[in-house]
Amino acid sequence: MKGDDKHLVVNAIENGTVIDHIPSTSLFAVISILQLEKLNNQMTFGVNLESKKLGSKAIIKVAGKYFENSELNKIALVAPQAKLNIIRNYQVVEKRVVEIPEDEISGIIKCPNPVCITNHEKITTKFHVLSRSDMTVRCNYCEKVINRTQIEIL
Amino acid sequence: MVNRSLISITDYSKEEYLRILDLAAEFEKNPNQNLLTNKLIATLFFEPSTRTRLSFETAVQRLGGRVIGFADASSSSVTKGETLKDTIKMVSNYVDMIIMRHPLEGAARYASEITNIPVVNAGDGANQHPSQTLLDLYSIRKTQGRLDGLNILMIGDLKYGRTVHSLLMAMSDFNPTFYFISPSELQMPSGYKMLLDKQGIRYVEDRDFLPFLPKADIIYMTRVQKERFSDPFEYEKVKNVYVLKNALLDSCKDTVKILHPLPRVNEIDPDVDENPKAYYFTQALNGVYVRQAIIASILGLK
Repeated sequence: MKGDDKHLVVNAIENGTVIDHIPSTSLFAVISILQLEKLNNQMTFGVNLESKKLGSKAIIKVAGKYFENSELNKIALVAPQAKLNIIRNYQVVEKRVVEIPEDEISGIIKCPNPVCITNHEKITTKFHVLSRSDMTVRCNYCEKVINRTQIEIL
Repeated sequence: MVNRSLISITDYSKEEYLRILDLAAEFEKNPNQNLLTNKLIATLFFEPSTRTRLSFETAVQRLGGRVIGFADASSSSVTKGETLKDTIKMVSNYVDMIIMRHPLEGAARYASEITNIPVVNAGDGANQHPSQTLLDLYSIRKTQGRLDGLNILMIGDLKYGRTVHSLLMAMSDFNPTFYFISPSELQMPSGYKMLLDKQGIRYVEDRDFLPFLPKADIIYMTRVQKERFSDPFEYEKVKNVYVLKNALLDSCKDTVKILHPLPRVNEIDPDVDENPKAYYFTQALNGVYVRQAIIASILGLK
C-alpha cells in the first residue's frame, strides 16, 4: 500500500516539484517559508503519513513550479532531511537534498530574545550560521547565539 | 576604521584597537586639539546614562566639535511613537556622526545599517558597549605597561555583566589567565568558557576571591545586583561577601590595580579609594581620551 502511495505521489504531477520527508510538525512552516500560499499552482499537501525514517512525515507537491536552490535551502532549518524530486513529463529527472545556508539566514528565524530590536521594529531578521552540524546561529543584531531547539520560524 | 561604525568589540581587529589605544595616549598628553572644527555630532540617548554621555560629549568638545542630541527618550519624538529608523534617518541629515545608547539590543547595529554616517554604540541593552571595553584595555595597558600574559581577577556578577564579557573577548587576544569569582547564581556563562577552552586560555572559577588576590595584576570588580537573584535569601548571603576592603589589599602585588566600570554601590569600600591600588576614577577619566581616539579615527582625522 505504501509503495503504491509513493508511486501515486510521484506520478500525480506532470511537471513540478515534490518535497518529501518533511517532519509532519514542520509542514506549515515549510508552506510559509516557501510562501506557497501566494502561488496559484495546483498543490497537494499530505501530512501525518507513515514514514520509516521520520515516524510521521509530510509531503508537498507543487505542479508547474521549480524552486531556486536558495529558496529550497531555507527549509533546511525545519526539514533538514527533506528530499526533493524534480518532475518533468511525469519522470523524476533530478533528486536533491536541502542544505542549511552556509553563511547567512535572512528573514526566516525569529530572534527569541525579547529585548532584541528585531522584535520591536519592522526589521528583516538576519542570522549568521556558526555551525551547520548543530545548527547554531548568531543574531546579527543582538548577537545572541541560539541553537536548533531555540529556533522559531517567523 | 575611517567612516566605519563601531558597534561591537569584534568589529575591529586587534591591530585596530591597539591603534586606538596609541591614539588615546596622544590625547592624554594633549587633550585639547581642534580636530573637529565645523563637525557636528549627535548623542542620542534613548536611555539615560549620564556618565557615558558626559564622557562622549567631553571628548567631542575637547576636540573642538559641537554636539546636538537628547539625554533620554522622553525628550525626543520617541514618545510620539516615532520609530528608531525614522529618528536615525532624520538625524543623519544633520550630523557627521551618531553616538547612541538604546535599551534594546541590536539597536545600534540596526541604526548603522540604515544610515551612511558612522554610528558609535554607547551601549545597547545588555549587549555591547565597545568604548567601555577599549577604555578598560587602555587602563590595563597603561597601569601594567603591557596587555600580554596578565592575571585578571573578575569578581561579582559574571553572568549578566556586559563589561566583563566584552573585556574577556578583547583580552583573549593577549594570552591572559582569568580568575572568575562569583556566587553560583552569577557564574560566567558556559558559552564564554567554551570560547576560552577553544583558544587554550587558562581560567579558574571559585566563589571566594581571597586566595587569588596575591596573583592578580588586575582586579575587575562588578556590582552584584539584588534584582538578579530569584531567591532574596541568596542575595542576603552573598551581598557582603563580594566586597573589597582596604585591609584585604595587603596581600596583593604592589602593581595591582582595581578597576570598576562604575557606578559602584558597596562592592568597593570607600576606604579603598585612597589606596594607590584603586584606579576606577582614573579609569573613568581615561574614557574621555579613548573616546577622543575613537571619534578622531572614525572621522579620519588622525
